[in-house]
Amino acid sequence: MKKTVLYEEHVRRNAKIVEFGGFLMPLFYTDIIKEHMAVRESSGLFDVSHMGEIRVRGKDANRFLNRLLTSFIPEDGKMKMYYGLMLDFQGGVVDDLMAYAYGPEDYLLVVNAANKDKDFAWISARKEGFDVSVVDESDLFSQLALQGPEAKNVLGRFTDYSLDQLKLFQFDHFQISGKEFLVSRSGYTGEDGFEIYGANADILALFSELAAEPEVTLCGLGCRDTLRFEAAMPLYGHEIGPEIDPLVAGLAFAVDLEKDFIGSDVLRKEKEEGLKRKVVALELLDKGIAREGYEVEADGKVIGKITTGYLLPGRTRALAFALVDADHAKIGMEVSVRIRKDLVPAVVRNKKFLDKKYIR
Amino acid sequence: MSKVLENLLYSKSHEWCLVEGGVAKVGLTDYAQDSLGSVVYLDAGEVGDKVKQFAEFGAVESVKAASDLMAPVSGEIVEVNQEVLDNPELLNSDPYGHWIVKIKVSDEKELDNLLDAKGYRELLE
Repeated sequence: MKKTVLYEEHVRRNAKIVEFGGFLMPLFYTDIIKEHMAVRESSGLFDVSHMGEIRVRGKDANRFLNRLLTSFIPEDGKMKMYYGLMLDFQGGVVDDLMAYAYGPEDYLLVVNAANKDKDFAWISARKEGFDVSVVDESDLFSQLALQGPEAKNVLGRFTDYSLDQLKLFQFDHFQISGKEFLVSRSGYTGEDGFEIYGANADILALFSELAAEPEVTLCGLGCRDTLRFEAAMPLYGHEIGPEIDPLVAGLAFAVDLEKDFIGSDVLRKEKEEGLKRKVVALELLDKGIAREGYEVEADGKVIGKITTGYLLPGRTRALAFALVDADHAKIGMEVSVRIRKDLVPAVVRNKKFLDKKYIR
Repeated sequence: MSKVLENLLYSKSHEWCLVEGGVAKVGLTDYAQDSLGSVVYLDAGEVGDKVKQFAEFGAVESVKAASDLMAPVSGEIVEVNQEVLDNPELLNSDPYGHWIVKIKVSDEKELDNLLDAKGYRELLE
Protein backbone atom coordinates (compact mmCIF):
# COMPACT_ATOMS: atom_id res chain seq x y z
CA MET A 1 0.00 0.00 0.00
CA LYS A 2 1.36 3.43 -0.95
CA LYS A 3 1.37 6.47 1.31
CA THR A 4 1.56 10.14 0.47
CA VAL A 5 4.27 12.30 2.03
CA LEU A 6 1.59 13.64 4.40
CA TYR A 7 0.41 10.24 5.67
CA GLU A 8 2.08 10.53 9.08
CA GLU A 9 0.64 14.03 9.45
CA HIS A 10 -2.89 12.72 8.75
CA VAL A 11 -2.45 10.00 11.37
CA ARG A 12 -1.10 12.55 13.85
CA ARG A 13 -4.23 14.65 13.23
CA ASN A 14 -6.45 11.61 13.95
CA ALA A 15 -7.79 11.17 10.43
CA LYS A 16 -9.76 8.01 9.74
CA ILE A 17 -7.66 6.31 7.10
CA VAL A 18 -8.97 4.23 4.19
CA GLU A 19 -7.46 2.60 1.13
CA PHE A 20 -8.18 4.46 -2.10
CA GLY A 21 -6.54 3.89 -5.47
CA GLY A 22 -3.71 1.94 -3.87
CA PHE A 23 -3.00 4.68 -1.28
CA LEU A 24 -3.76 5.03 2.41
CA MET A 25 -5.73 8.28 2.50
CA PRO A 26 -7.81 10.26 5.00
CA LEU A 27 -11.55 9.49 4.71
CA PHE A 28 -12.32 12.28 7.16
CA TYR A 29 -10.64 14.07 10.05
CA THR A 30 -13.74 14.87 12.13
CA ASP A 31 -16.95 14.40 10.16
CA ILE A 32 -17.86 14.19 6.46
CA ILE A 33 -20.83 16.53 6.86
CA LYS A 34 -18.79 19.24 8.62
CA GLU A 35 -16.01 18.96 6.07
CA HIS A 36 -18.48 19.13 3.16
CA MET A 37 -20.13 22.26 4.59
CA ALA A 38 -16.75 23.88 5.26
CA VAL A 39 -15.89 23.71 1.55
CA ARG A 40 -19.29 25.15 0.58
CA GLU A 41 -19.20 27.96 3.14
CA SER A 42 -15.53 28.73 3.83
CA SER A 43 -12.62 26.56 2.70
CA GLY A 44 -11.27 23.06 2.90
CA LEU A 45 -7.78 21.65 2.46
CA PHE A 46 -7.26 18.22 0.87
CA ASP A 47 -4.18 16.08 0.39
CA VAL A 48 -4.60 14.75 -3.15
CA SER A 49 -1.03 13.62 -3.64
CA HIS A 50 -2.32 10.21 -4.73
CA MET A 51 -3.21 11.66 -8.13
CA GLY A 52 -0.84 10.57 -10.91
CA GLU A 53 1.19 12.91 -13.11
CA ILE A 54 2.37 11.87 -16.56
CA ARG A 55 4.55 14.18 -18.66
CA VAL A 56 4.19 14.16 -22.44
CA ARG A 57 6.83 16.14 -24.30
CA GLY A 58 8.08 16.38 -27.86
CA LYS A 59 7.58 17.87 -31.29
CA ASP A 60 4.34 15.92 -31.81
CA ALA A 61 2.93 16.21 -28.29
CA ASN A 62 -0.12 18.23 -29.33
CA ARG A 63 -1.01 15.92 -32.21
CA PHE A 64 -0.42 12.91 -29.93
CA LEU A 65 -2.77 14.19 -27.24
CA ASN A 66 -5.42 15.05 -29.78
CA ARG A 67 -5.18 11.42 -30.94
CA LEU A 68 -5.49 10.13 -27.34
CA LEU A 69 -8.11 12.48 -25.90
CA THR A 70 -11.78 13.06 -26.68
CA SER A 71 -11.50 16.83 -26.30
CA PHE A 72 -9.71 19.20 -28.67
CA ILE A 73 -6.45 20.62 -27.34
CA PRO A 74 -5.63 23.76 -29.35
CA GLU A 75 -2.01 24.16 -30.40
CA ASP A 76 -1.87 27.67 -29.00
CA GLY A 77 -3.17 26.59 -25.58
CA LYS A 78 -0.63 27.79 -23.04
CA MET A 79 -0.82 27.67 -19.24
CA LYS A 80 -4.36 26.35 -19.58
CA MET A 81 -5.97 23.09 -18.49
CA TYR A 82 -8.11 20.87 -20.67
CA TYR A 83 -10.45 18.15 -19.43
CA GLY A 84 -10.58 15.09 -21.61
CA LEU A 85 -11.17 11.38 -21.63
CA MET A 86 -8.88 8.71 -22.95
CA LEU A 87 -10.80 5.89 -24.67
CA ASP A 88 -9.90 2.38 -25.72
CA PHE A 89 -10.60 1.12 -29.25
CA GLN A 90 -14.10 0.00 -28.21
CA GLY A 91 -14.96 3.48 -26.93
CA GLY A 92 -14.66 2.47 -23.27
CA VAL A 93 -12.99 4.93 -20.91
CA VAL A 94 -9.36 4.21 -19.96
CA ASP A 95 -9.37 7.30 -17.73
CA ASP A 96 -10.49 10.89 -17.51
CA LEU A 97 -7.83 13.48 -16.92
CA MET A 98 -6.71 17.09 -16.88
CA ALA A 99 -4.08 18.08 -19.43
CA TYR A 100 -1.97 21.03 -18.26
CA ALA A 101 -0.70 22.70 -21.44
CA TYR A 102 2.66 24.46 -21.19
CA GLY A 103 2.71 24.72 -24.96
CA PRO A 104 2.27 22.48 -28.00
CA GLU A 105 5.34 20.42 -27.08
CA ASP A 106 4.87 20.05 -23.32
CA TYR A 107 1.91 18.71 -21.36
CA LEU A 108 1.40 17.42 -17.84
CA LEU A 109 -1.46 14.93 -17.56
CA VAL A 110 -3.06 14.57 -14.14
CA VAL A 111 -4.77 11.20 -13.88
CA ASN A 112 -6.67 9.09 -11.36
CA ALA A 113 -4.45 7.32 -8.84
CA ALA A 114 -5.93 3.88 -9.40
CA ASN A 115 -5.47 4.19 -13.18
CA LYS A 116 -2.03 5.74 -13.30
CA ASP A 117 0.00 2.62 -14.16
CA LYS A 118 -2.60 1.50 -16.70
CA ASP A 119 -2.66 5.01 -18.22
CA PHE A 120 1.11 5.17 -18.46
CA ALA A 121 1.22 1.79 -20.21
CA TRP A 122 -1.64 2.76 -22.55
CA ILE A 123 -0.10 6.11 -23.50
CA SER A 124 3.40 4.65 -23.92
CA ALA A 125 2.05 1.92 -26.20
CA ARG A 126 0.45 4.49 -28.54
CA LYS A 127 3.67 6.48 -29.22
CA GLU A 128 4.55 4.89 -32.57
CA GLY A 129 4.55 7.48 -35.34
CA PHE A 130 4.77 10.38 -32.89
CA ASP A 131 7.91 12.19 -31.79
CA VAL A 132 7.10 12.25 -28.07
CA SER A 133 8.47 11.13 -24.73
CA VAL A 134 6.18 9.86 -21.99
CA VAL A 135 7.43 9.96 -18.41
CA ASP A 136 5.67 8.97 -15.19
CA GLU A 137 6.42 11.91 -12.88
CA SER A 138 3.97 10.92 -10.15
CA ASP A 139 6.68 10.39 -7.55
CA LEU A 140 8.04 13.91 -8.09
CA PHE A 141 4.84 15.68 -7.02
CA SER A 142 2.75 16.11 -3.95
CA GLN A 143 -0.58 17.84 -4.42
CA LEU A 144 -2.94 19.85 -2.23
CA ALA A 145 -6.39 21.18 -3.10
CA LEU A 146 -7.61 24.32 -1.34
CA GLN A 147 -11.30 24.68 -2.14
CA GLY A 148 -14.14 26.99 -1.23
CA PRO A 149 -15.21 30.65 -1.28
CA GLU A 150 -12.41 31.66 1.13
CA ALA A 151 -9.68 29.74 -0.74
CA LYS A 152 -8.40 32.81 -2.59
CA ASN A 153 -8.20 34.94 0.54
CA VAL A 154 -6.33 32.25 2.42
CA LEU A 155 -3.83 31.45 -0.33
CA GLY A 156 -3.29 35.15 -0.98
CA ARG A 157 -1.76 35.55 2.48
CA PHE A 158 1.18 33.35 1.51
CA THR A 159 2.06 34.73 -1.93
CA ASP A 160 2.79 38.01 -3.70
CA TYR A 161 1.34 36.57 -6.90
CA SER A 162 -1.89 38.27 -7.92
CA LEU A 163 -4.39 35.40 -7.73
CA ASP A 164 -7.05 37.47 -9.51
CA GLN A 165 -5.20 37.03 -12.79
CA LEU A 166 -5.57 33.25 -12.53
CA LYS A 167 -9.01 32.29 -13.89
CA LEU A 168 -10.78 28.94 -14.00
CA PHE A 169 -8.65 26.27 -15.71
CA GLN A 170 -5.54 28.46 -15.89
CA PHE A 171 -2.30 27.67 -14.13
CA ASP A 172 1.04 29.22 -13.34
CA HIS A 173 4.22 28.64 -11.39
CA PHE A 174 4.88 30.97 -8.48
CA GLN A 175 6.24 31.24 -4.98
CA ILE A 176 4.16 30.44 -1.93
CA SER A 177 5.94 31.00 1.37
CA GLY A 178 9.23 31.16 -0.47
CA LYS A 179 8.96 27.88 -2.40
CA GLU A 180 7.90 27.35 -5.98
CA PHE A 181 4.61 25.60 -6.72
CA LEU A 182 2.51 24.84 -9.76
CA VAL A 183 -0.94 26.28 -9.02
CA SER A 184 -4.11 25.93 -11.06
CA ARG A 185 -7.49 27.50 -10.46
CA SER A 186 -9.47 24.32 -10.49
CA GLY A 187 -10.79 21.52 -8.35
CA TYR A 188 -13.25 18.72 -7.90
CA THR A 189 -15.81 20.33 -5.62
CA GLY A 190 -17.83 22.80 -7.70
CA GLU A 191 -16.36 25.70 -5.72
CA ASP A 192 -13.71 28.25 -6.55
CA GLY A 193 -10.34 26.97 -5.48
CA PHE A 194 -6.81 25.94 -6.28
CA GLU A 195 -4.87 22.78 -6.94
CA ILE A 196 -1.29 23.16 -5.79
CA TYR A 197 1.54 20.89 -6.91
CA GLY A 198 4.89 20.99 -5.22
CA ALA A 199 8.05 19.10 -4.46
CA ASN A 200 7.56 16.36 -1.87
CA ALA A 201 10.04 18.15 0.43
CA ASP A 202 7.98 21.37 0.44
CA ILE A 203 4.49 20.01 0.95
CA LEU A 204 4.31 19.41 4.70
CA ALA A 205 5.27 23.02 5.50
CA LEU A 206 2.61 24.39 3.14
CA PHE A 207 -0.02 21.95 4.39
CA SER A 208 0.66 22.97 8.00
CA GLU A 209 0.61 26.68 7.20
CA LEU A 210 -2.68 26.51 5.31
CA ALA A 211 -4.23 24.18 7.90
CA ALA A 212 -3.48 26.72 10.65
CA GLU A 213 -5.58 29.44 9.00
CA PRO A 214 -8.89 29.97 10.81
CA GLU A 215 -11.01 29.63 7.62
CA VAL A 216 -9.47 26.28 6.71
CA THR A 217 -10.95 22.87 7.59
CA LEU A 218 -8.99 19.73 6.83
CA CYS A 219 -11.00 17.53 4.47
CA GLY A 220 -10.80 13.87 3.56
CA LEU A 221 -11.86 11.84 0.56
CA GLY A 222 -15.31 11.27 2.09
CA CYS A 223 -16.41 14.83 1.39
CA ARG A 224 -14.36 14.97 -1.80
CA ASP A 225 -16.85 12.43 -3.15
CA THR A 226 -20.00 14.11 -1.81
CA LEU A 227 -18.76 17.47 -3.14
CA ARG A 228 -17.91 16.21 -6.63
CA PHE A 229 -21.23 14.38 -6.74
CA GLU A 230 -23.16 17.51 -5.76
CA ALA A 231 -21.23 19.37 -8.47
CA ALA A 232 -22.33 16.62 -10.92
CA MET A 233 -18.80 15.59 -11.82
CA PRO A 234 -18.21 11.99 -12.87
CA LEU A 235 -15.93 9.60 -11.01
CA TYR A 236 -14.08 6.89 -12.86
CA GLY A 237 -15.46 3.45 -12.05
CA HIS A 238 -18.87 4.93 -11.25
CA GLU A 239 -20.26 7.27 -13.94
CA ILE A 240 -17.54 6.46 -16.48
CA GLY A 241 -15.48 3.34 -17.12
CA PRO A 242 -14.68 0.61 -19.62
CA GLU A 243 -18.42 -0.08 -20.01
CA ILE A 244 -19.68 3.52 -19.80
CA ASP A 245 -18.44 5.81 -22.56
CA PRO A 246 -18.55 9.62 -22.32
CA LEU A 247 -21.68 10.00 -24.47
CA VAL A 248 -23.58 7.58 -22.26
CA ALA A 249 -22.22 9.46 -19.26
CA GLY A 250 -23.55 12.78 -20.61
CA LEU A 251 -20.09 14.25 -21.14
CA ALA A 252 -20.58 15.29 -24.78
CA PHE A 253 -19.11 18.72 -23.88
CA ALA A 254 -15.74 16.97 -23.55
CA VAL A 255 -16.05 14.99 -26.79
CA ASP A 256 -15.12 16.56 -30.12
CA LEU A 257 -16.45 14.26 -32.83
CA GLU A 258 -15.13 16.62 -35.52
CA LYS A 259 -11.65 15.19 -34.94
CA ASP A 260 -10.30 11.63 -35.04
CA PHE A 261 -9.21 10.15 -31.73
CA ILE A 262 -8.99 6.61 -30.44
CA GLY A 263 -12.59 5.45 -30.05
CA SER A 264 -14.10 8.30 -32.09
CA ASP A 265 -15.49 5.99 -34.80
CA VAL A 266 -17.31 3.95 -32.14
CA LEU A 267 -18.82 7.07 -30.58
CA ARG A 268 -19.87 8.51 -33.95
CA LYS A 269 -21.66 5.28 -34.80
CA GLU A 270 -23.29 5.17 -31.38
CA LYS A 271 -24.49 8.75 -31.73
CA GLU A 272 -25.88 8.03 -35.19
CA GLU A 273 -27.78 4.98 -34.00
CA GLY A 274 -28.95 6.64 -30.80
CA LEU A 275 -27.76 5.96 -27.26
CA LYS A 276 -29.17 2.82 -25.68
CA ARG A 277 -28.30 3.80 -22.12
CA LYS A 278 -27.71 7.09 -20.31
CA VAL A 279 -26.39 8.26 -16.98
CA VAL A 280 -29.17 10.36 -15.43
CA ALA A 281 -29.74 12.20 -12.19
CA LEU A 282 -32.49 10.91 -9.91
CA GLU A 283 -34.22 12.54 -6.99
CA LEU A 284 -35.93 10.17 -4.59
CA LEU A 285 -39.50 11.14 -3.81
CA ASP A 286 -39.71 9.24 -0.55
CA LYS A 287 -37.36 8.40 2.29
CA GLY A 288 -34.32 6.22 1.73
CA ILE A 289 -30.90 6.57 0.14
CA ALA A 290 -30.14 5.06 -3.25
CA ARG A 291 -26.66 3.56 -3.02
CA GLU A 292 -24.26 2.46 -5.73
CA GLY A 293 -25.35 -0.85 -7.26
CA TYR A 294 -29.02 -0.61 -6.25
CA GLU A 295 -31.41 -1.52 -9.06
CA VAL A 296 -33.62 1.01 -10.82
CA GLU A 297 -36.97 -0.28 -11.98
CA ALA A 298 -39.82 0.90 -14.23
CA ASP A 299 -42.93 -0.94 -15.38
CA GLY A 300 -41.93 -3.89 -13.21
CA LYS A 301 -38.60 -4.35 -14.97
CA VAL A 302 -35.03 -3.56 -13.97
CA ILE A 303 -33.97 -0.70 -16.25
CA GLY A 304 -30.67 0.28 -14.69
CA LYS A 305 -28.58 0.72 -11.60
CA ILE A 306 -27.32 3.45 -9.31
CA THR A 307 -23.74 4.63 -9.94
CA THR A 308 -23.46 7.07 -6.99
CA GLY A 309 -26.04 8.15 -4.43
CA TYR A 310 -26.11 10.23 -1.27
CA LEU A 311 -28.30 12.02 1.16
CA LEU A 312 -26.23 15.19 0.92
CA PRO A 313 -25.67 17.48 3.88
CA GLY A 314 -28.51 19.95 4.30
CA ARG A 315 -30.93 18.08 2.04
CA THR A 316 -34.06 16.10 2.84
CA ARG A 317 -34.23 13.98 -0.32
CA ALA A 318 -31.57 11.61 -1.54
CA LEU A 319 -30.01 12.25 -4.95
CA ALA A 320 -28.31 9.77 -7.23
CA PHE A 321 -26.76 9.15 -10.59
CA ALA A 322 -28.00 6.06 -12.36
CA LEU A 323 -27.15 4.28 -15.59
CA VAL A 324 -30.53 3.52 -17.16
CA ASP A 325 -32.09 2.41 -20.45
CA ALA A 326 -32.49 5.44 -22.71
CA ASP A 327 -36.26 4.87 -22.83
CA HIS A 328 -36.43 5.95 -19.20
CA ALA A 329 -33.88 8.76 -19.28
CA LYS A 330 -36.01 11.82 -20.00
CA ILE A 331 -36.27 14.51 -17.35
CA GLY A 332 -39.51 14.15 -15.43
CA MET A 333 -39.89 10.41 -16.02
CA GLU A 334 -40.83 8.36 -12.98
CA VAL A 335 -38.89 5.29 -11.98
CA SER A 336 -38.26 3.53 -8.69
CA VAL A 337 -35.21 2.36 -6.82
CA ARG A 338 -35.05 -0.99 -5.02
CA ILE A 339 -33.82 -0.18 -1.51
CA ARG A 340 -33.71 -3.42 0.45
CA LYS A 341 -37.34 -4.68 0.46
CA ASP A 342 -38.88 -1.38 -0.66
CA LEU A 343 -39.41 0.17 -4.06
CA VAL A 344 -38.88 3.88 -3.55
CA PRO A 345 -40.29 6.24 -6.20
CA ALA A 346 -37.85 8.59 -7.91
CA VAL A 347 -37.92 11.09 -10.73
CA VAL A 348 -35.35 11.76 -13.44
CA ARG A 349 -34.17 15.34 -12.97
CA ASN A 350 -31.49 17.71 -14.24
CA LYS A 351 -27.94 17.33 -12.92
CA LYS A 352 -27.76 20.86 -11.60
CA PHE A 353 -27.75 19.99 -7.90
CA LEU A 354 -25.56 22.99 -7.20
CA ASP A 355 -24.99 26.54 -8.45
CA LYS A 356 -21.29 26.66 -9.21
CA LYS A 357 -19.43 29.84 -8.37
CA TYR A 358 -16.32 29.53 -10.50
CA ILE A 359 -14.12 32.53 -11.24
CA ARG A 360 -13.96 32.73 -15.03
CA MET B 1 -12.41 3.68 23.91
CA SER B 2 -16.01 2.69 23.19
CA LYS B 3 -18.51 2.56 26.04
CA VAL B 4 -20.07 -0.79 27.01
CA LEU B 5 -22.91 -0.81 29.57
CA GLU B 6 -23.09 -3.58 32.18
CA ASN B 7 -26.83 -4.31 32.15
CA LEU B 8 -27.22 -4.93 28.42
CA LEU B 9 -26.86 -7.92 26.08
CA TYR B 10 -24.93 -7.55 22.84
CA SER B 11 -24.79 -9.09 19.38
CA LYS B 12 -21.54 -9.58 17.48
CA SER B 13 -22.97 -7.23 14.85
CA HIS B 14 -22.94 -4.42 17.45
CA GLU B 15 -26.58 -4.10 18.48
CA TRP B 16 -27.47 -3.87 22.16
CA CYS B 17 -30.63 -5.28 23.68
CA LEU B 18 -32.46 -4.87 26.97
CA VAL B 19 -35.23 -7.38 27.71
CA GLU B 20 -38.06 -6.44 30.10
CA GLY B 21 -41.36 -8.30 30.34
CA GLY B 22 -40.77 -10.31 27.19
CA VAL B 23 -40.01 -7.24 25.08
CA ALA B 24 -36.49 -6.36 23.89
CA LYS B 25 -35.45 -2.77 23.32
CA VAL B 26 -32.82 -2.83 20.56
CA GLY B 27 -30.25 -0.16 19.80
CA LEU B 28 -26.83 0.46 18.31
CA THR B 29 -23.67 0.23 20.42
CA ASP B 30 -21.25 3.08 20.97
CA TYR B 31 -18.62 1.18 18.98
CA ALA B 32 -21.05 0.87 16.04
CA GLN B 33 -21.99 4.56 15.96
CA ASP B 34 -18.34 5.56 16.24
CA SER B 35 -17.31 3.28 13.34
CA LEU B 36 -20.15 4.51 11.15
CA GLY B 37 -19.66 8.22 11.68
CA SER B 38 -22.61 10.60 11.54
CA VAL B 39 -25.83 8.68 11.03
CA VAL B 40 -28.02 10.43 8.45
CA TYR B 41 -30.79 7.89 7.89
CA LEU B 42 -32.39 5.00 9.69
CA ASP B 43 -34.59 2.26 8.23
CA ALA B 44 -35.95 0.33 11.18
CA GLY B 45 -38.60 -1.82 9.55
CA GLU B 46 -42.26 -1.53 10.55
CA VAL B 47 -44.51 -2.52 13.41
CA GLY B 48 -45.72 -6.05 12.71
CA ASP B 49 -42.54 -7.13 10.88
CA LYS B 50 -41.43 -10.61 11.93
CA VAL B 51 -37.70 -10.68 12.57
CA LYS B 52 -35.24 -13.53 13.01
CA GLN B 53 -32.27 -13.58 15.34
CA PHE B 54 -29.10 -12.41 13.56
CA ALA B 55 -31.02 -11.63 10.35
CA GLU B 56 -31.26 -8.14 8.85
CA PHE B 57 -34.37 -6.13 9.71
CA GLY B 58 -33.34 -2.61 8.72
CA ALA B 59 -30.36 -0.40 8.04
CA VAL B 60 -28.47 2.44 9.55
CA GLU B 61 -26.85 4.80 7.10
CA SER B 62 -23.98 7.24 7.39
CA VAL B 63 -23.12 9.74 4.64
CA LYS B 64 -20.84 7.14 3.14
CA ALA B 65 -22.63 3.82 3.42
CA ALA B 66 -25.57 1.71 4.53
CA SER B 67 -25.02 -0.96 7.21
CA ASP B 68 -27.52 -3.68 8.02
CA LEU B 69 -29.31 -3.69 11.34
CA MET B 70 -29.52 -7.26 12.63
CA ALA B 71 -32.13 -8.46 15.09
CA PRO B 72 -30.50 -9.70 18.29
CA VAL B 73 -33.59 -11.86 18.98
CA SER B 74 -36.40 -13.41 16.96
CA GLY B 75 -39.90 -12.01 17.34
CA GLU B 76 -42.17 -9.24 16.12
CA ILE B 77 -41.49 -5.51 15.98
CA VAL B 78 -44.07 -3.94 18.29
CA GLU B 79 -42.80 -0.37 18.31
CA VAL B 80 -40.42 1.80 16.28
CA ASN B 81 -38.84 4.82 17.94
CA GLN B 82 -40.14 7.77 15.92
CA GLU B 83 -37.80 10.15 17.74
CA VAL B 84 -34.68 8.46 16.34
CA LEU B 85 -36.26 8.01 12.91
CA ASP B 86 -36.73 11.78 12.83
CA ASN B 87 -33.36 12.54 14.44
CA PRO B 88 -30.98 9.70 13.56
CA GLU B 89 -28.02 11.73 14.86
CA LEU B 90 -29.27 10.83 18.37
CA LEU B 91 -27.68 7.44 17.75
CA ASN B 92 -24.32 9.22 17.64
CA SER B 93 -24.79 11.55 20.58
CA ASP B 94 -26.34 8.99 22.97
CA PRO B 95 -26.41 5.47 21.52
CA TYR B 96 -27.48 3.71 24.72
CA GLY B 97 -30.10 6.33 25.54
CA HIS B 98 -32.05 5.66 22.35
CA TRP B 99 -33.56 2.35 21.39
CA ILE B 100 -34.49 1.86 17.74
CA VAL B 101 -37.18 -0.84 17.89
CA LYS B 102 -38.95 -2.94 20.49
CA ILE B 103 -39.21 -6.62 19.61
CA LYS B 104 -41.67 -8.98 21.31
CA VAL B 105 -39.34 -11.89 22.00
CA SER B 106 -40.62 -15.21 20.65
CA ASP B 107 -38.04 -17.43 22.37
CA GLU B 108 -36.18 -16.16 25.44
CA LYS B 109 -33.74 -19.09 25.16
CA GLU B 110 -32.17 -17.22 22.23
CA LEU B 111 -30.84 -14.65 24.68
CA ASP B 112 -28.16 -17.23 25.54
CA ASN B 113 -26.71 -16.62 22.07
CA LEU B 114 -25.93 -13.00 22.96
CA LEU B 115 -22.86 -11.59 24.70
CA ASP B 116 -22.85 -9.97 28.11
CA ALA B 117 -20.86 -6.79 28.72
CA LYS B 118 -17.68 -8.74 29.50
CA GLY B 119 -18.01 -10.86 26.36
CA TYR B 120 -18.72 -7.81 24.18
CA ARG B 121 -15.77 -5.93 25.65
CA GLU B 122 -13.56 -8.87 24.73
CA LEU B 123 -14.98 -8.87 21.20
CA LEU B 124 -13.98 -5.22 20.80
CA GLU B 125 -10.41 -5.81 21.96
